[in-house]
Amino acid sequence: MDLMEKNVELVEVQKLEGHTDRVWNVAWNPVSSSPVLASCSGDNTVRIWEQSSLSRSWTCKTVLEETHTRTVRSCAWSPSGKLLATASFDGTTAIWENFGSEFECISTLEGHENEVKSVSWNAAGSYLATCSRDKSVWIWEVLPGNEYDCASVLNGHTQDVKMVQWHPTIDVLFSCSYDNTIKVWWSEDDDGDYQCVQTLDESNNGHTSTVWAISFNAAGDKMVTCSDDLTLKIWETDIAKMHSSEGYVPWTHVCTLSGYHDRTIYSAHWSRDDIIASGAGDDAIRLFVDSKLDSVDGPSYNLLLTKEKAHEMDINSVRWSPGEENRLLASASDDGMVKIWELATKP
Amino acid sequence: MVSGLINENPIVYEKKERRVRAESSNTDELSAEPIDQLEIFDILFLLSLLYIGSFVSPEHFTHHIRDIKDPEHPYSLEELKVVTEDSVEVDDDKSYVRVTFTPTVEHCSMATIIGLCVRVKLLRSLPARYKIDIRVAPGTHATEDAVNKQLNDKERVAAALENPNLVEMVDECLLPSFE
Repeated sequence: MDLMEKNVELVEVQKLEGHTDRVWNVAWNPVSSSPVLASCSGDNTVRIWEQSSLSRSWTCKTVLEETHTRTVRSCAWSPSGKLLATASFDGTTAIWENFGSEFECISTLEGHENEVKSVSWNAAGSYLATCSRDKSVWIWEVLPGNEYDCASVLNGHTQDVKMVQWHPTIDVLFSCSYDNTIKVWWSEDDDGDYQCVQTLDESNNGHTSTVWAISFNAAGDKMVTCSDDLTLKIWETDIAKMHSSEGYVPWTHVCTLSGYHDRTIYSAHWSRDDIIASGAGDDAIRLFVDSKLDSVDGPSYNLLLTKEKAHEMDINSVRWSPGEENRLLASASDDGMVKIWELATKP
Repeated sequence: MVSGLINENPIVYEKKERRVRAESSNTDELSAEPIDQLEIFDILFLLSLLYIGSFVSPEHFTHHIRDIKDPEHPYSLEELKVVTEDSVEVDDDKSYVRVTFTPTVEHCSMATIIGLCVRVKLLRSLPARYKIDIRVAPGTHATEDAVNKQLNDKERVAAALENPNLVEMVDECLLPSFE
């Protein structure tokens, strides 16, 4: 499928109804053979959706409730696919284990002073990171016997931290905030002593308002960030050098995608085959691809398509499925719906 | 702690003569009338904010509000010129509204509360398709950028509205406007 021919469209596969308040986040299980999706909501619950291999339709398999006492803002599957971490405005992060068709809350991480906004597992599943309106980022070590120890409390952001995201291949942690910056945290020795090694702010072509999300490409040498300043920004690093060298290799700004959005961009996700999806406050989903034109100014990205009115209200999260075969995209909205989309060639 | 009113002598403006709407020739009950500036203003006009400005810090404010029975200045936002018809920009086709409000005092610590009340009132009154922006009139508040940023961060607003004390305060402020 040659994307640059623009002969593709985003087709709605199914609308998943069930949540009784806005849906903030969706997360695909990374390993299951048939697609499994988790969604979390302002109704204080998490729903697990599965696609039936027979009927090809999606149904809600379980509702994780009676644990969080306030909005569940974010959810993330462990790399093994066996655990689900959920971050809540109630100040806690719950860890759920999948036992067949049931989920049980096996641990609750406490410590943040107020709303937890995001949770992320590192590539090996040995660390968890969380962030909060209390301006801090916490790193938790995953120990045997369902033990989670706080390994580090990282201070540096001057405002509410919106999202944390571990790098896909190296134990480097990224966070983005209401203070308009993106911070990079790294531990020089493996003693778990994380420090802020870089801050991407206005002075390095960074965002000029709240940064809502970060997403890496599969190779881990590029990342996209989205913001209330109505732009997407692409950043890159020399990942080979980072893997081999002794020290930290900084990230640099590659390009800024502006003029495509006129409301806050809440989510951006980089697919395995290099399509960037964005979800914004104008109810639309947009897809961008590398233009692959050699330019002295460096790489540039083109708008592949815009799906207007993908939802009735703001889109809070867009996530590409990890599956190899079809290009599925899940979206979550203030309208209480989760939608599954397929990127298909036009007939 | 500073005692006394934040604004001892508010300027009270005459209420604008209420315009009578022309009889609509549209007799189709199923078609919605487009929402215009006057309608948004009417929604906000009834919002009476109780100016109980004896306190500087927000924490004290939420604690003490229950103790005060008689408001100092029981004027509506219109009479205090906090909101006027001109401060409402609405485009029904685009489902967009922006309200610009003018706090009576430059350092008014109530600005975020007023803004939150305006937002909640509009959220409860307008169709879900509406995009709402709230801002402080440029040049009228010492920390207007900070206030505007908070008022338009929907995650912050959502978290604030899960705080029962804050919701109670907002509901008290909005109560006269729903009668």
